[in-house]
Amino acid sequence: MTSYTDYTTGEPAVDSKAPSGPVHERWDKRRFEARLVNPANRRKHTIIVVGTGLAGGAAGATLAEQGYHVVQFCYQDSPRRAHSIAAQGGINAAKNYRNDGDSIHRLFYDTVKGGDFRARESNVHRLAQISVEIIDQCVAQGVPFAREYGGLLDTRSFGGVQVSRTFYARGQTGQQLLLGAYQALSRQIAAGNVEMHPRTEMLDLIVVDGRARGIVARDLVTGKTDTYVADAVVLASGGYGNVFYLSTNAMNSNATAVWRAHRRGAHFANPCFTQIHPTCIPRTGDHQSKLTLMSESLRNDGRIWVPKAKGDTRPPNQIPEDERDYYLERIYPSFGNLVPRDIASRAAKNVCDEGRGIGPGGQGVYLDFADAIRRMGRAAVEARYGNLFDMYQRITDEDPYEVPMRIYPAVHYTMGGLWVDYDLQTTVPGLFAIGEANFSDHGANRLGASALMQGLADGYFVLPATINDYLARNPHQDPVTPEHPVVQEMLADTEDRLNLLLAVDGDRTPDSFHRELGELMWEFCGMARTESGLRKALERIPQIREEFWRRIKVPGTGEEFNQSLEKANRIVDYLELAELMCLDALHRAESCGGHFREESQTPEGEAARRDDTFAYAAAWEFTGTGVAPTLHKEDLVFEYVHPTQRSYA
Amino acid sequence: MKLTLRVWRQKNADADGAMSTYAVDGISSDMSFLEMLDILNEQLILSGEEPVAFDHDCREGICGACSLVINGEAHGPERTTACQLHMRSFQDGDTIDIEPWRASAFPVIRDLVVDRSAFDRIIQAGGYVTAPTGSAPEAHATPVPKADADFAFEHAECIGCGACVAACPNGAAMLFTSAKINHLNVLPQGAPERETRVLDMVAQMDSEGFGGCTLTGECATACPKGIPLVSITSMNKEWLRAARKAGKR
Repeated sequence: MTSYTDYTTGEPAVDSKAPSGPVHERWDKRRFEARLVNPANRRKHTIIVVGTGLAGGAAGATLAEQGYHVVQFCYQDSPRRAHSIAAQGGINAAKNYRNDGDSIHRLFYDTVKGGDFRARESNVHRLAQISVEIIDQCVAQGVPFAREYGGLLDTRSFGGVQVSRTFYARGQTGQQLLLGAYQALSRQIAAGNVEMHPRTEMLDLIVVDGRARGIVARDLVTGKTDTYVADAVVLASGGYGNVFYLSTNAMNSNATAVWRAHRRGAHFANPCFTQIHPTCIPRTGDHQSKLTLMSESLRNDGRIWVPKAKGDTRPPNQIPEDERDYYLERIYPSFGNLVPRDIASRAAKNVCDEGRGIGPGGQGVYLDFADAIRRMGRAAVEARYGNLFDMYQRITDEDPYEVPMRIYPAVHYTMGGLWVDYDLQTTVPGLFAIGEANFSDHGANRLGASALMQGLADGYFVLPATINDYLARNPHQDPVTPEHPVVQEMLADTEDRLNLLLAVDGDRTPDSFHRELGELMWEFCGMARTESGLRKALERIPQIREEFWRRIKVPGTGEEFNQSLEKANRIVDYLELAELMCLDALHRAESCGGHFREESQTPEGEAARRDDTFAYAAAWEFTGTGVAPTLHKEDLVFEYVHPTQRSYA
Repeated sequence: MKLTLRVWRQKNADADGAMSTYAVDGISSDMSFLEMLDILNEQLILSGEEPVAFDHDCREGICGACSLVINGEAHGPERTTACQLHMRSFQDGDTIDIEPWRASAFPVIRDLVVDRSAFDRIIQAGGYVTAPTGSAPEAHATPVPKADADFAFEHAECIGCGACVAACPNGAAMLFTSAKINHLNVLPQGAPERETRVLDMVAQMDSEGFGGCTLTGECATACPKGIPLVSITSMNKEWLRAARKAGKR
């Protein structure tokens, strides 16, 4: 058994593609400096895209429209099912249609501040600039955004901002945006420009002579592992929230693509930055397989409270007004129930830790619509939140029009991911990461309605512009065939790993290990972290890993549709990633965004960021399983938005 | 609760399948139907049997992956997806039959997992607006009447699960196909391809081996997203209009 709690520090991480000059000119400058590929030569280039969510679907469609030959993969039975589909609330764009003082600069400012000063200014500004084009693009595709009676687009205000810049399609914005990208991708599949492989999962990255040249993937129906070669590889495989077992991610969302790429040389940045979403439905018991998010748009009209007294078990309607603690309104009078996600989540944890939580196990707080119903009438509340209320009632069997909703925070999004430069290229030349898979633009905390914006910005606009430069500079690569010895070796590696999993024939199921790891991570690397807790987790994870390889039981064979084998193989990677997350959390001895270190707080109990020591992105280099990794620091420079302690009081 | 499950087991597309009977105990009414199946599968693995394969992913009722016929009804007794069906809809001691979607256009891959790629090919035939990235005009250049936007949205809600096909005695895909056609054809952005879209998508649907529509209405009853039966009527109108226009040329 090998383990680590230490690391070595290597050369600083440098973004060699980052342009200089005024921030609003950098994206234009980079696009002008980037080399282009002659349209006639594009079809000679093959690009692999892994994943078909907002980032991957948009990238596959757009690269194919430009004339590249795209080979695309998803583990789902159809590209339309990627988990972007479950995003509810909306997508931000600095259109300023409301004339309420919004601008590209304000969206840029809000995102850098919301990210608690751990994001790159250049990237975030580009994101804000592109946000405007995304809405145009989606409307042109037929995305049915909500509209006003005059026929123009409606917007609303969303989590932690004071302008109405969020475009939405009822509570199904992610679904509608994803179907737009899926339909654009479908058009390219029909045209023969995209070779689509559904039910096919990437299991390794092929690196030849230091460049990404393909992937190893398994056909989940036949069980056959195969190699696919290309001139560049794009990972759009989403986040790693399922390390926690219970999260709002889809059941099969996984970290294998990014972790395997990490093992092959791609640095992993800020793995400890995970977002705990404040408004999810509390768990009901040990059988719980996943958690369901309720859109945080509910916080626009719902009021969050717990009883003032500890252990008050009266039903909510029997607790008089003066015995309720509307704690967000009390602690943060100017933002109230609309404080950013990390603050709302931690406040909920604090009141529950004090013994004032409600519902089963005291792990919940009320989100009450009684005032909203009195103010606007039931019909208006129904028009705004009807589908969310229905969903809540279906899951809990309680009527939120009559009884306050019960909510509790849950793992929702991972801001960390593969380190990328301004071009979205990882530290492995020819390997790009887009969407939630990269560490990108959200710093230590993502604002509501910004994930959809980033996924589509990367997929439709950023990557298709920057990947040209890489391909133009590497025009005549030696052809790599599936017979190439390195390719064969990587295929054999994957097959060996799968065979090993099947061979153990132990006495514990894949889910039992996943649940054990998840509980450990939630306890020690969840909403609040301490040095001693993280050290405990770092001691325990290698033990679970060792036990896993001794006791795992995977029925069936590798040459068939085998969902247990899929699960077990993903857990292998979670068991390594979890360790890096804990180490990253341990080394970052500050509180910032989604990462709250108990040792680093103000006398009032608020998060204390330490810019003097930690104003950098931590990019980790893999050195071996259970071996101390190497840290490469990318210093973050703030020329436009000057770091202040966030204040939402 | 204690339940008896009769589950369709089929090794692969070529093998014969049969119903197998299993008992599960300790099922809570707060569990989702799929969490109940998780418990069955944990039991099966530990007893050395192969778990039941079934498609599922988001477990929030939006991805459209889950696809179970429960007691003869697509997605079971409630009007929702199987992942959002909860065990409180059942009684202690119940016997529950669980089968895959049954339709010749959806061949079984294993156990409860079927191949729905025919739906993707119907979309590929024309279920899109040709709007290459970067070519879009300013979003507010074309206002869309709210009634049209709402009509488009109502049809765009389809999650492509295939319950409509599974519920139809003819195995028809009319509700799925009409939902996409109505979503795009009512919008000004979809208007230029209005005729080719309906003709090509319907032709693809026919070639995939789905049955014909006899307006039985089972599809709309089973649809977890409430796509209305009149969707089919609207599509037929669109198709007639397009076919007559094409005939005139």
